[in-house]
Amino acid sequence: MDLFLQQLFGGLATGAIYASIALAVVMIYQAIDHFNFAQGEMAMFSTFIAWQLLDWGFPYWAAFFACIVISFLGGVAIERIVFKPIHNAPVLSHIIVFIALFSIFNSVAGFIWDYTIKAYPSPFPSETPFETTLIGMHQLGMIAIVLAMLGAIYVFFRFTSVGLAMRAAAANPVSARLVGVSVDWMLALGWGLAAAIGAVAGMLIAPIVFLEPNMMLGILLYGFAGAVVGGLTSPGGAVVGGFLVGVIENLASLVPFIGSELKLTVALVLIVGVLLVRPFGLFGRVVVNRV
Amino acid sequence: MATLLEVRNLEAFYGQTQALHGIDFSLEDGGITTLLGANGAGKTTTLRAICGMITTSGEVNFAGTPVMGRKTEDIVRQGIAHVPEGRGTFDRITTEENLRLGAYTRRDSAAVAEDMETVFSYFPRLRERRNQQAGTMSGGEQQMLAVGRALMLRPRLMLLDEPSFGLAPLIVQELFEILRTINREQNVSMLLVEQNASLALSLADHAYLLETGRVVMSGTSEEIASDESVRQAYLGY
Amino acid sequence: MPTRNPADMLQIAGIEMVSWRRIWLVAGLVIAIALPFLFEGFTVFQLTRALIYAIAILGLNLLTGFNGQFSLGHSAFFAIGAYTTAIMMDRWEVAYYWTILPAAAVCFVAGFLFGLPALRLEGLYLALATFALATATPQILKYEPVAKFTGGVQGLDVFPDDSPVSFLSNDQWWYYFTLVVALIAFLVAWNLVRGRTGRAMIAIRDNPIASKTMGINTALYKSLTFGVSAAFTGVAGALEAIVIQFVAPDSFTFLLAVSFLVGLVVGGIGSIPGAIFGGLFILLIPNWADQISQGLSWAIYGLFLIGAVYVMPAGAAGLVRLVTMRLAKKPSG
Repeated sequence: MDLFLQQLFGGLATGAIYASIALAVVMIYQAIDHFNFAQGEMAMFSTFIAWQLLDWGFPYWAAFFACIVISFLGGVAIERIVFKPIHNAPVLSHIIVFIALFSIFNSVAGFIWDYTIKAYPSPFPSETPFETTLIGMHQLGMIAIVLAMLGAIYVFFRFTSVGLAMRAAAANPVSARLVGVSVDWMLALGWGLAAAIGAVAGMLIAPIVFLEPNMMLGILLYGFAGAVVGGLTSPGGAVVGGFLVGVIENLASLVPFIGSELKLTVALVLIVGVLLVRPFGLFGRVVVNRV
Repeated sequence: MATLLEVRNLEAFYGQTQALHGIDFSLEDGGITTLLGANGAGKTTTLRAICGMITTSGEVNFAGTPVMGRKTEDIVRQGIAHVPEGRGTFDRITTEENLRLGAYTRRDSAAVAEDMETVFSYFPRLRERRNQQAGTMSGGEQQMLAVGRALMLRPRLMLLDEPSFGLAPLIVQELFEILRTINREQNVSMLLVEQNASLALSLADHAYLLETGRVVMSGTSEEIASDESVRQAYLGY
Repeated sequence: MPTRNPADMLQIAGIEMVSWRRIWLVAGLVIAIALPFLFEGFTVFQLTRALIYAIAILGLNLLTGFNGQFSLGHSAFFAIGAYTTAIMMDRWEVAYYWTILPAAAVCFVAGFLFGLPALRLEGLYLALATFALATATPQILKYEPVAKFTGGVQGLDVFPDDSPVSFLSNDQWWYYFTLVVALIAFLVAWNLVRGRTGRAMIAIRDNPIASKTMGINTALYKSLTFGVSAAFTGVAGALEAIVIQFVAPDSFTFLLAVSFLVGLVVGGIGSIPGAIFGGLFILLIPNWADQISQGLSWAIYGLFLIGAVYVMPAGAAGLVRLVTMRLAKKPSG
């Protein structure tokens, strides 16, 4: 039972990592209607920027917010510079550009900051106020920040007219223009917000996994899986999905013949199983196709 | 009456094919004008050209300002609401959110809330369906939503592209009644494109007849409706 | 007289398009046959691998380009093909040329079985399912009970016979062997997409609901396409095992599947000859990028990719089509 609890909480802690990146995934999906493979690398790059600021002597929270602003502007710039010329290209061409961005960010980060791992500070105290060894204070703080971001995103999409316009621009660009929405800027805004959320995720993850150019490789994949399981149209679903993936992955390693070698496989098989039963994810809105 | 919309020498191309060969027409403030013609005459193209959805040449003046060559979203902000072919509702969001989007360019939130009530009073069905995903509604309800969304802009001009398309005759009658009321009560001018010529002429005060991208006849609705050749070709009696 | 496609009758420099296509085909073949005598051993080896990748991309193209399904998991079928060959040669000492068809068959079955449930999923969801397959494959290959066949992390060495033709070096021999298999694969694919099956595949891609109402068994065709696509990629995997003479789990990661996807898009989705360009691209460009700058080689690769998408939004095949359209004239008189 102890072992079970240990793994459960361990799963929740890793799940918080996946959930934070899954949020960024859903954000970009809402804005551009597909998935950005370079998301993880962008988050990693943002984290390096924050690390650089800290290294230059900025206080933690100053670096934190500066990094968010820089990432937001960077995301907007990527959309305006890289994607604007190919707005009308097929989806798969966009995916190739995502892959290109992925290798560019990875390679440039390695070139500037090299591949040795770096410690990244946590803003939270190292000891938990409740006497438990099951979960650390950083993990708890992380879960809280993820939930706060989720709340902000929910409010943004549901109750602000810009959030609504963003959803409209992604779903039906022609009609969106006809109600006066500037679709191009909505795309850029979506990129900016996704980059900013990614930056927060990166800065929260870095104290746990250490900072290095390949830190996001596996995490993005789990984050993506979490987003898909939860439903790509639902930020809340994505967070739940992220936690689920973390817990399933950790619990799977308890089953004797699976062990830690196959836990990734098992997690993914379960995910595909979920999708077969609920093709739009656990919390995704079912798209009705009228013929 | 003053001229609200003036179109001069409008030309449009789809690839190599010329769709409009220099169209001229104008629309009076507060009036309803209809563009008649067969499939492929250039009616839809004209509407798209007015709000900058396709590249064209010529002159389009709206309330005295030239709008040709500007971005669609900027033209919409001038007060032109387009109810496009196939309705263009946002399927994955609710009726109410669709209406809120219609007022996206407006900043007067109190008046927007008022206008939403007005839309619901014209289309009570929409009030019942306010929290339903638009994509799951019937064709008639979606058409009403499209008109309602256009109204939320508080437009001076509404472009209506085949609003009767695919709807049951009774629904069409109801819809056109409401359009007439909106025109009168809200002082919204309308440019109507219709396949169903007798229906269009019953609503409009002026009409232009288009054939293969050219205006071949124009006049008041009565004049057009009483023309022998129009009657035979488009009205069928 | 059968009616002819008017596009075929357009002319460039007074020669009809149909004839041009034949001229290019013959010229391409002559060049392909001459290449091993123009370059050194290592370059020939690289060209062989480019051809192998071209076959794999061709397989992916049947699925994505002609059937509209999306796969990030084709590295798995490549691996299954490679391991089928390696295990047959290692365990049962089968001659390498007898392993190609079994590899295709095993991959067909694997693809078909995977396709059956996967076809319920679309777009990104299918991408995730296939991605799961790609990630799981190296892990499963290393997994204890399987490792006794696959050699686990160490992989398997493969010892194919030397070149049977005295004036050809081993590199040259493998090149020609691969070329013959590739030609057969391209011919089969070409016939497939031009026939009844191909029309059904394309109909499903363009309008799944309409094709269902036309009486096409979409579920069956989608799974079959998955199987056929996997079989092509499996043949490529088998060739890779023979040419590299070694298989190991970590050569078949998700990154390989991404590479195939890059080759597919850069070559041209839905274009059969485009696959060859795609194969050359994914093999040569990373090497060039590495020569330009070691530290930033992947950044340079990324710039190459973006450049390729800007210059050829519809892939190399799309660019060729555009150029011929510009040059083509209607026959005079």
